[in-house]
Amino acid sequence: MQFVKNRFNYLFNSTKGLILVAIAMVGIITAVWGMLSGPMAEMGVREVVIKALGMKIVQAEREGRIIILYHSIAMALVAIETYMVTGLLKMKAFFKTAINAIITVGYILTMIFGMGFAYFGHNWAFHGVYIFGLSLIFFAGVLLVIALWPWNSEVYVTDMDYAHTKKGVDMERVAFFATAVTTVLSALFGAVPGSFYGHGFETFLAENIIRLPEKTTMEYSIIGHLHIMLALIAIMLTLIIGRWLNFKGVWHKIAMPMMILGTIVLNLGVWGVVTPLEPVAHMVIYVGATPSMLAALFLLIWSWGKLIREGTAHIQKPSFAQKMGALLHDPLKFGPTWQMLFMNFTTSGIGIFMAIRLEQIFRVWPAREERIELTGHWHALSAIIATIILMYYGDMIGLKGKVRQLYGWFILIFSDIALAAVTVFEMKRLFITEAAQQPLVNGLMYAIDFGLGMLLVLLAVVMVWRLTDLFNPKGRWTEEVDHELAQEVSK
Amino acid sequence: MKRVADIMSLRGGRSSRRSNLPINRGLPRAILRLCSAPLRIYALAMTFMLLASCAPVDLNAPIPTFDTGVDSNTWAQIPAGEFYFGQHEDFESTEAYEIMITDVTAAQYADFLNAALAAGYVKVAERGDKIVGFYPGDEFRGVKHEEEIKAGDWSYIPLNDPSQRIKFDGAVFNVQSGYENHPMTNVTWFGAWGYCEYNNSRLPTEMEWEKAGRGPSTGSGSKRPFPWGEEILRENANFYSSRDPFEDMSSVGSRTTPVGFYNGQKYGDYQTLDSASPYGLYDMAGNVWQWTGNVYEGMHYRFMRGGSKDTYDMDLRLWVRNNATPIYFSPGVGFRCVR
Repeated sequence: MQFVKNRFNYLFNSTKGLILVAIAMVGIITAVWGMLSGPMAEMGVREVVIKALGMKIVQAEREGRIIILYHSIAMALVAIETYMVTGLLKMKAFFKTAINAIITVGYILTMIFGMGFAYFGHNWAFHGVYIFGLSLIFFAGVLLVIALWPWNSEVYVTDMDYAHTKKGVDMERVAFFATAVTTVLSALFGAVPGSFYGHGFETFLAENIIRLPEKTTMEYSIIGHLHIMLALIAIMLTLIIGRWLNFKGVWHKIAMPMMILGTIVLNLGVWGVVTPLEPVAHMVIYVGATPSMLAALFLLIWSWGKLIREGTAHIQKPSFAQKMGALLHDPLKFGPTWQMLFMNFTTSGIGIFMAIRLEQIFRVWPAREERIELTGHWHALSAIIATIILMYYGDMIGLKGKVRQLYGWFILIFSDIALAAVTVFEMKRLFITEAAQQPLVNGLMYAIDFGLGMLLVLLAVVMVWRLTDLFNPKGRWTEEVDHELAQEVSK
Repeated sequence: MKRVADIMSLRGGRSSRRSNLPINRGLPRAILRLCSAPLRIYALAMTFMLLASCAPVDLNAPIPTFDTGVDSNTWAQIPAGEFYFGQHEDFESTEAYEIMITDVTAAQYADFLNAALAAGYVKVAERGDKIVGFYPGDEFRGVKHEEEIKAGDWSYIPLNDPSQRIKFDGAVFNVQSGYENHPMTNVTWFGAWGYCEYNNSRLPTEMEWEKAGRGPSTGSGSKRPFPWGEEILRENANFYSSRDPFEDMSSVGSRTTPVGFYNGQKYGDYQTLDSASPYGLYDMAGNVWQWTGNVYEGMHYRFMRGGSKDTYDMDLRLWVRNNATPIYFSPGVGFRCVR
C-alpha cells in the first residue's frame, strides 16, 4: 500500500510528477489518434485502430470529434503550463495546492470523458462530465488569476535587476497576471459559441468558412477564440521559459512592459472581431502582436548572450567559433529560444505573408489549398510549443551529458526538419503545379512523418524510462518529489 | 539540501561530466548506444528520399484503358421533392430536373470546342495560350475581398498547361489518347458554364448537385454521407491514395479514372464496388471536384462539390464544399450539367 501511496504522492502531489502525468496523457492521445489520419490512414492503420478500440466513427460528426480532440490535448497543455507557473512563481501554498488539484481533475475528466463521448458512442453523461472538466479548468484559471495578483508587497521585487515599477511591483508577474486574466476571458469566447452550437456536432471548423463574406457573431467568436488561445499559450510559455532561464537585466526591463502591452492589445483586437470594431480588428491584432514578439526576441538576445558569455568566460578573447560552440553547447538551454525564432518561419512568417499577399496569391488558389496553409501553420505552432515544453522537461528531470545532448538535439533537429517540410508543403503551390507535385509531396511527407514519428519515439522512450523508474525504490522520482521548479531557476 | 544542490549544479552539459548520479547510467545510456546506428541510417534514408522528391514527373505516362460501359450521354431524372441538405441535415426541396449521370468527358468537351469554334461561340485567345468565350458578367457589390466579374471574354481552358488532355493543332481539338472517357479537367468555371449553356443546359446549383448525390429524404439511408451509403472503401471511389489502377504514388500520383468506373465491374484484377447514387449518378464522390452554378451575392468565388482524386475521403462527403475563383483550373476539377 505504501508503495502505491508514495508513487501516487509523487505523480499527483508534486509539480514534476503532475507534469509527467500530463505529458504521458498527451503522448498517449497523440500516438493513438495520430493513427487515424494522414499516412496511417493511407496505409490502412486507421481501420485497424478503429476496430481494435471499438470506436464509433460517424461521418457527419468529424468536425465535432476533432474539436473535442483539440480541446483534450490543449487542456493538458494548459495544465502543464499552470503547473509550471505555480512551481516557478511565489504564491500562497493554499492557492498552489487548490489550482493544481482542480486543474488536474479538470483536464483528466475533459480528456477521458470528452474522448469517450466523441469517439466511443454518445454517452451523454460523458458529455456532461467533459463540460464539467472544462469548467473546473476555467475555475482553476480564475484561482490562478487571484494567486498571481501582483499588487501585493509580499511579491514585490527585491532585486532591482528585474523589471519593476517605482513601487517595486514585479512587471514580470504583471505579465503573467495579464496573460492569465486574458486567457480566462478568452476562454469565454469559445464557451459561449460552444454552448450555442449545442453538442459539438453541429459546429464547424474555422478553416472551412474563411471565404464566406458574411459571418455571424458566433462564427467570428470561434475564429477569434482559437487564434487567441493558441497565442496566449505561446505567450505564457515564453514567460515561463524566461523565468526558468532567469531573464533579467536591461532586456528584461524593456521586454516585460512590451509583453504586457502586447498581450492586452492583442486580446482587445481579437475580442474586437465580435464588435462593430471588426473592420479594424486585424490592425489592432498586428499592433498587439508586434510588441509581444519583440519581447520574445529580447529574451532570445539576452539568453543567447548569456550562454555565450558563460560558455566563454574562461577564454580571454573568444573566437566566433568558440562563441558558437558556447551557444550550442547545451541544446536544452539554447533550444527553446531557437524554436521561438524558428516559429517565425513556420508560423508568423507564413501568417504575415498570407495577409499581405492574400488576394494576389492565396485567394487565387482553391479554398482547400488555403485550408492547408491555415491548418498547417497553427499545427506547426502547436508542435513548437510542445517541443519547448519537452526541452524544459528534459532539464527538469536532470538529463545530463550525452543523454542531454542527444535528447535536446533529437528534439530540435527532428522537429525542425518536420516543421520546415510542413512549411514547404503549405507553400508548394508557389513553385510546383498540382500535376507535377507528387514526388515532392512524397519527400516532404517522409520528412514530416519521420520527424514527428521520431519525436514520438523519443517521448515513448522517456516515458518508458520514467515508468520503470517508478518501480525503483530509490529511483529518480524520489528526488523529484520534493523539488520545486523555483529552486532550479538558472543562476 | 546537499543532494538538491548537487543536482542543481549539474544542469548543463559541461558540469555533467562531474556527475555520478544514477541518471547517467542504465536505460538512457543504453538508448544512446541503441540510437547511434539507426540515426545514421535515417540520415541516409532522408537524403535518398529528398533526392527522389526532385524527380521529374512524366505527365504523359501511359495509362490503362477500360471501357466502363457507362454512357456519358445519359441523363437521370430527379423528381421534385425534399431531401436532406448539408452536414446537419436540413430539409430542402427542389423542382424536378435532369442531370448527367457522369461528369462531362474530355471527348464530349472536345466535340463541343470543335462545334463552338466553328460557330464563333469560342475563340483562341490572341496569345494562342487559351480558349476564351463570352460571359455576361455578375453584379458587383464591392464587398470585402469581392472581385468584379465583368461582361467579356473569359478563359475556358488553357492550351499550354502540360496536364491539359485536349490538344489543339490550330484547327481541330482532339483528346490525348486514353483520356477520351475520362472527365474533362483543366476547365475553368466559365468553360464549364459555356459548355452547359451551349448544350441548352446549365450547371447544377449546389442544392441540385447534393440532392442528385444523396437521394430523396424518404427511405432508408436518406442521410447518407456518400452517394452509396454510410462508409467509404477504396473500391468505392477515386481519392488520394485509393490504390486504383491509374494511381502511381511514386511519380504521377493520383490520376483521374474513366467516368462511371466505380460501377461494380472488375477491370483486370481490380474489382470495383457499385457506387452509384440513389438516382444512378456516378462519380458524385471523388475523381474530380465538380463546378456548381450558384453565383452568390458579394463574392466572386464559385463552389465545387464531390472531392477529388487528390483529396482524402473526408472531402468526399456529399455536403463538403470547395471554392475557387472562376478562372481557376486544375487536373482535379471537372463538371456535369443539368437541364
